[in-house]
Amino acid sequence: MTDYFYLIPIAIGLGLCGLAAFLWSLKSGQYDDLQGAAERILHQDDVPLSH
Amino acid sequence: MLAAPDPREVLLVSRTIAGGLRQTDLSVPDVHCGACIRTVERALGALDGVTWARVNLSTKRVTIKWRADAAPPPFIETLRNVGYEAHLFEVDGDATDTTLSELIRTLAVSGFAASNIMLLSVSVWSGAEPATRDLFHGISALIALPTLTYSGRVFFRSAWQALRHGRTNMDVPISLGVLLAFGMSLYETVIHGPHAYFDASVTLLFFLLIGRTLDHMMRERARVAVKGLARLAARGALVLQSDGAQTYLPVGEITPGMIIMLAAGERVPVDSQVIKGLSELDVSLVTGESVPQPALPGSVLRAGTLNLTGPLTITATASANESFLAEMLRMMEAAEQGRSVYRRIADRAAGLYAPVVHLTAAITLVGWLIVSGDAHRAITIAVAVLIITCPCALGLAVPMVQVVAARRLFENGIMIKDGGALERLAEVDTVVFDKTGTLTLGNPRVVNADTIAPATLALAGAIAAYSRHPYSRALAAVVPMAPVPIPLDDVSEHPGYGMEARLGGSVLRLGRSEWALADTSNMDLDGSSVVLSRDGQCVADFRFEDRLRAGAAETVGELKRDGLAVEVVSGDRETPVRMLASGMGVPYFAGVLPGGKAAHVAELASAGKKVLMVGDGLNDTPALMAAHASMAPASAADVGRNAADLVFLREDLSAVSQAIAVSREAGHLVRQNLALAVGYNLIAVPIAIMGHVTPLVAAIAMSGSSIVVVANALRLRRRGKSEKPQGASASTPRMVVRMEPAE
Repeated sequence: MTDYFYLIPIAIGLGLCGLAAFLWSLKSGQYDDLQGAAERILHQDDVPLSH
Repeated sequence: MLAAPDPREVLLVSRTIAGGLRQTDLSVPDVHCGACIRTVERALGALDGVTWARVNLSTKRVTIKWRADAAPPPFIETLRNVGYEAHLFEVDGDATDTTLSELIRTLAVSGFAASNIMLLSVSVWSGAEPATRDLFHGISALIALPTLTYSGRVFFRSAWQALRHGRTNMDVPISLGVLLAFGMSLYETVIHGPHAYFDASVTLLFFLLIGRTLDHMMRERARVAVKGLARLAARGALVLQSDGAQTYLPVGEITPGMIIMLAAGERVPVDSQVIKGLSELDVSLVTGESVPQPALPGSVLRAGTLNLTGPLTITATASANESFLAEMLRMMEAAEQGRSVYRRIADRAAGLYAPVVHLTAAITLVGWLIVSGDAHRAITIAVAVLIITCPCALGLAVPMVQVVAARRLFENGIMIKDGGALERLAEVDTVVFDKTGTLTLGNPRVVNADTIAPATLALAGAIAAYSRHPYSRALAAVVPMAPVPIPLDDVSEHPGYGMEARLGGSVLRLGRSEWALADTSNMDLDGSSVVLSRDGQCVADFRFEDRLRAGAAETVGELKRDGLAVEVVSGDRETPVRMLASGMGVPYFAGVLPGGKAAHVAELASAGKKVLMVGDGLNDTPALMAAHASMAPASAADVGRNAADLVFLREDLSAVSQAIAVSREAGHLVRQNLALAVGYNLIAVPIAIMGHVTPLVAAIAMSGSSIVVVANALRLRRRGKSEKPQGASASTPRMVVRMEPAE
């Protein structure tokens, strides 16, 4: 049993990563317009990132 | 409908941002799909000077950044040309809602902590070895401590505020329960004890934060929706300086004696007097009178009235904070102070709950000390009592129902400001309606169109199409499009009198009888009729009446059937009020002054009635404030919309009966939920006092009761769905704003 204890910090670490990702996405305004984002993907023209 | 705002007004409400740019926010209620986003962004992006335009579909707003060195581009006209009605949206400092994002962040942190601690707890409950158990308790403590300090703040702050003022609210038992559970668990961990309640204290926070966040979102959504409606007060006015220059000044900077140029279609910014010009004024929003009032040199104008037909030069007689509007604000404050303070159900429940729970825990502590003499055991059990009674279900019982109810109202185009309003609305037993703009739409309709020959009607309609006067609009609206365009020449508007046009060799006049006719002696006419004349001879006369709001008669009938007393209180003249009220069979009061309305509501209140005031005008706002609950249509004056507890966006007046019905259903469910929460405690508390509660039992009991309460609240939603097909609301025209639920 104790052999698998190393999994605990990994699990918590992954959880923390998820939490951090969520807080980051919240801060960068990705939840400001959920409906708009859903529609935009259908209408936006494709623009090449570099020429 | 109204004239596009002055570019200077656009400038006034925009704000400077970095890089020599200015930002303007517009509310565009008709945006509803991806194609709309594209059209709006392209149209705005093509304008000269616009550097950035982005639509937010959820809030139905568009944010535009434009170069500050040029005049503001014509945003609103451009959008109108592509088919979208838009109005300016005030950008107030940092418009972002910091409270909501704080709540969501705390919710995310507590959710993370709860899931991880629960994971560790499950292995402890399934019988981990003592060494493993202690290690897991230690890790749990490490996760719980930062979570409590971060996510718990929301409750600790509010509890501390309450305690400092000698009161108690629901946050006091919550904070106490959470902190004691954590403290005791920490002690257990240190002495390597078997029972730690880290999961209970963190899960509790998580559940309660869900309720708190939902409650906040509901209020915020209503606030934003109401804010996005068109503003009906002037923001500024064109002032003529002594050197002849014209400057656009914000309303706040206008002082008595200044000369203001008021174009047709603009609202009077401050109380003033006419120097030059002839026009007519729509005063319905201010005094409740439905017939436009003439304005000629010497006339006194009240702030907020709408100039209809001709340009006026006026001189300010009062500054903005001494104008009619300010007088109304003072009356509102007085009315609010006079109103008895309403305590929300949750607060009343907390007032009873907290002392009972704390007393029970104290008695348990003392009892176990006497019985067993073991201080550690006594404290453990007392804390278990606090945890098990921690008002998790109680904290969700009320907000959950109110959120579901608010959502149902929202789907029907009704915005509610907060949950307390829902509770007050359910208690209402008297409904007082304003007339103009509330029971009626506030714009006139031709009542005798079918008695007039179609050719004459078409002629009148063709002339009327050139004018903005409400009577002309009404005339133009009843006339079907003429198959052959009528060749009118020299169409001109004579402010205060009517329209003149030439057809062939004769002069046509459409307007006041004394102006249009050569001889009026043998005519039976009153102020609200318009004649069409050819060379001074009467061809037809049109009678106008304010149109009833859709569903007005049905709603009043329904309210009366439900045993509510209904009254009409109006500032309009006796005749129209009597006609309307007697048609519905309700008592009425006509010619009431604004102060009189508030006094009437206060009188009813002191007679023990719970009054719902429904009104739209500036003159109604003191009464809206004085009433137990209040509603306003979206077309109401800005102050009225802000003062009212509920704002309904659709034209249909059935919103009033719908709102009352939903609030009563919600009240019923809230009481049921409270009963469930109390019932849960009646079972759980004795078990806790006996000392049989382990962390596992606490976790199951707490989650179980919360789920029951939430599921019960959701029944309100299902009931709403099944009723929908019967509701006539599906076909009602939507008035000012189209709104979809924000999910």
